[in-house]
Amino acid sequence: MEAVAQQIPLEHFLVLSAILFSLGVYGVLTRRNAVLILMSVELMLNAASINMVAFAAYAAPERAVVIGIVFAVFIITVAAAEVGLALAIILRVFRNRGTANVDEVDQLKW
Amino acid sequence: MTVAQGIFYLIAALAVAGGLGVVLMRSTVYAALFLFLALLAVAGIYILLASEFLALVQVLIYGGAVTVLLLFALMLTRASDLPETMVGAQWPIAAFVSLLLMGLLIATVATSNWPGDADGQITRLFFNELGDALFRRWAVPFEIASLVLLVALVGAIILARQEEGE
Repeated sequence: MEAVAQQIPLEHFLVLSAILFSLGVYGVLTRRNAVLILMSVELMLNAASINMVAFAAYAAPERAVVIGIVFAVFIITVAAAEVGLALAIILRVFRNRGTANVDEVDQLKW
Repeated sequence: MTVAQGIFYLIAALAVAGGLGVVLMRSTVYAALFLFLALLAVAGIYILLASEFLALVQVLIYGGAVTVLLLFALMLTRASDLPETMVGAQWPIAAFVSLLLMGLLIATVATSNWPGDADGQITRLFFNELGDALFRRWAVPFEIASLVLLVALVGAIILARQEEGE
């Protein structure tokens, strides 16, 4: 490990992550196409990863810096699995219902 | 303003522009390309945080695999046929909620006292230390994550497979 002089305060990264996360929330709430909702979820996952890595980088060197990076690696792994599975489900829904719009897939609504 | 700060603001502006494109673009393909921009900007943020490994992984997995998968899904579901139905009717409520969330998060960040704030120094982690941690101390979670990925992808293939008589 090595200390690097960096003149960017930690808050800058956290504020960027907050903005990206809120954009993702807006996308999830407004988009109707399932693939676009998935893209907004990716945005939120990335915002969370930025938080993890920023906290890891700014932690004191004697602390376990590596945890944040390992967390980010696992987030990326799970996101990859999630994208593959979600796209398969979306394809299946599209094949069965002829649409990928989430508010037209409402068999469970009563 | 130092060079690092200038680069940070540039990359942050790119990331936010990409995010805005993802949630606001009428065309689905443009939204996917803006997502690509945002993901590359996040890779730049990782480099600024001295995590080159994560930046590489971000470009490879998100920039390469995830974006291509999303574009394939857009193509296969013919999402761009109906551009006028892209945005639901509840967008003012959604905008209010997400602005409220953003204000809350930024207020929390601004009023909290974070460690490592004063000196502005970041700790750089080398590749070999990360590999050492990942394959020794976190070896079991790593294997479980591999298994999750394997099972998810096999399941995805089974779900997406064209069955006979369809």
